[in-house]
Amino acid sequence: MKGYMTIDDIPVEIHDERNMLELIRKAGIELPTFCYYTELSIHGACRMCLVENEKGGLEAACSEPPKPGHKIRTNTARLRKYRKNILELLLSNHNRDCTICNKNGECRLQSIANKFGIKNIRYINTSYTPEPDESSASISIDRSKCILCGDCIRVCNEIQNVGAIDFAFRGSHMKVATAFGVPMADSPCVGCGQCAAICPTGAISVKNSLEAVWTDLLDKTTEVTVQIAPAVRVGIGKHLGFEDGKNAMGLIVAALRRMGFAKVFDTTLGADLTVQEESREFLEYVSKPHDLPLFTSCCPAWINYVEKRHPDLFPHVSSCKSPMQMFGALVKEYYKDNGKRHVHVAIMPCTAKKYEAVRPQFAKDGKPVVDHVLSTQGLIHMIEQSGTRFDTLEPEAVDNPFGIVSGAGVIFGVTGGVTEAVLRALSEDASNAALLATSMAGERGMEGLKEFEVEHKGETVRVAVVSGLGNAGRLVDDIKSGKKSFDFVEVMACPGGCVCGASQPYAPPDVKEIRGKGLYSIDKLMSCKRSGDNPILEDLNEGILKGREHELLHVSYVSDGKHGA
Amino acid sequence: MENAIDLDFTRNVIDEFNGAPSAIIAMLQEIQEKYRYLPKEIFPVLSRTTGLSEARIYSLATFYENFSLEPKGRNIIKVCDGTACHVRKSLPILERLRAELRLPQGVVTTGDLEFTVEVVACLGACGLSPVLTLNGKAYPAMTPDKASNLLRSVKESEVPRDA
Repeated sequence: MKGYMTIDDIPVEIHDERNMLELIRKAGIELPTFCYYTELSIHGACRMCLVENEKGGLEAACSEPPKPGHKIRTNTARLRKYRKNILELLLSNHNRDCTICNKNGECRLQSIANKFGIKNIRYINTSYTPEPDESSASISIDRSKCILCGDCIRVCNEIQNVGAIDFAFRGSHMKVATAFGVPMADSPCVGCGQCAAICPTGAISVKNSLEAVWTDLLDKTTEVTVQIAPAVRVGIGKHLGFEDGKNAMGLIVAALRRMGFAKVFDTTLGADLTVQEESREFLEYVSKPHDLPLFTSCCPAWINYVEKRHPDLFPHVSSCKSPMQMFGALVKEYYKDNGKRHVHVAIMPCTAKKYEAVRPQFAKDGKPVVDHVLSTQGLIHMIEQSGTRFDTLEPEAVDNPFGIVSGAGVIFGVTGGVTEAVLRALSEDASNAALLATSMAGERGMEGLKEFEVEHKGETVRVAVVSGLGNAGRLVDDIKSGKKSFDFVEVMACPGGCVCGASQPYAPPDVKEIRGKGLYSIDKLMSCKRSGDNPILEDLNEGILKGREHELLHVSYVSDGKHGA
Repeated sequence: MENAIDLDFTRNVIDEFNGAPSAIIAMLQEIQEKYRYLPKEIFPVLSRTTGLSEARIYSLATFYENFSLEPKGRNIIKVCDGTACHVRKSLPILERLRAELRLPQGVVTTGDLEFTVEVVACLGACGLSPVLTLNGKAYPAMTPDKASNLLRSVKESEVPRDA
């Protein structure tokens, strides 16, 4: 205890709050903000969190430390006037085509303006109307909706260490831009989409493939199949009257079937195949002398990062395709002589998957194997558009012949999950005690970097699990400089892993953790815990995959073909 | 004239400051001094060695009026339009210079890269108003006619270049 502050006449105890805003929110007062996030540095740009002190002075609550004995008010006539004026000024230069905006209904500017009852804007719009930047496969950028809060810049620099964007120019000409204003696709952007997730307006939004999916789905001559990534089932809930972190897979399957998808599959089977291939590759990799660890390859934003930042690492990145691409290749193979036009859709928590799907390396006969990547948010909209009432559905199971999946595959959606799945595969002991020991090796938890050692057949295996590209970048630097040394490194670009992907509905850090825990709960209910115990794999290995593992399950991202097996 | 961008020069500048990201503005100033602008080619080198993103360096380069991303002329004329110079009619001087150099609207450098005409907010020499500088040298109490004469004398190489 470090004393009290008086907020609106209520004494509030100071603990370790970093600023007055945290203390005010602890007191149950929801001050509006556009530029404050606990995980980012403090910018103090939006001025919505201004409070009035005893002397009538104004303080930005986000930028002031809590002071014992200090008395403030959060809702005075003057503050109300200022907040409304700030909103009016923000809206004056804002493109107010709300009804046709990608973030309509999910926009913080819209919701706060609505709360404050802004009905009239006295200032004329003096901004220019720039062309949207649609060059990226993952995100859309519309600067006419930007309020210059800088959230996207800070997440791109501080959390992801990508640095694709920054403020450029000054004063009324200031804008968020890439270096020399090049299109996003030509910038260092890796498509992780964290900027879109954090953007409080529609200035940056996740690309939407909803209409394309509907068109194919409603075309009678086309058979549409779909795969659902593990993280989706624990992230979709809240918007459909379901809890975050609870397994909604059965309901999603039921909803998709009602909408007309011919077959509904689970990407988790792709994850099981990844575990099979990756553990095989790992054993081969560590049996040879190696300076650098084997990096995982499931995360497409990480692959983009390697491609743009560290192409020399490719020989050390697993040659396994991501679960989505493995599964896509498998499904396309299975449906090739179907006689009907076949379209495969993947529902993903990830924005970078949209680019992965159209990468030339994955094309079969010049066409992508995954035709459309739908975001978790897109799925929510689709269910809503279809008129299906989620709460009236009965859970249903996914379709054969890919109907059985393992718990190891499900936990792919959270940081540490890929590692745990591989460790389970490497362990010869399938007992519950061994599984429990594996789960406590050090890979679980939402920390950005976890380092630990495990024993495998008398050898010590040094493992690092890293999430967030900023953490990954620092780890790569340490590995390259020889400061750190590992045998296996799991990388997920989004902090916390796929459950925190940018295509999921936005959630604060505590909710993201609940989603991660949700995947571990699903794993607990699975009778098949290890990917290798999945009986379907044997059928596949002896059937469709026989002699074609390399073609269907592996990839090389470098043109000379040196990468991979 | 240095058309090719010598990246070794940039590397030397970076070494001089030990690649410290906090010294980026000083580095940019030194590089601009050599080329009279910030060539695009230096950005990747600066970014790799300082750890700052190219977008961040671009941000700095566009924030400060003093930095230019466009090549500038061999002769740089800065016309002061601070309050003192403005009330003593600096704008007609500027207009004369721009007209004689046939500079279209929004363009400050002649196509042959001989002249750049800039407006500055204050040169800090209000006693000399209206004042302009040519390649760093101040010319006091200017008039449009005096400005025309100055231009002519430069073209006839009476004023040493790169002074």
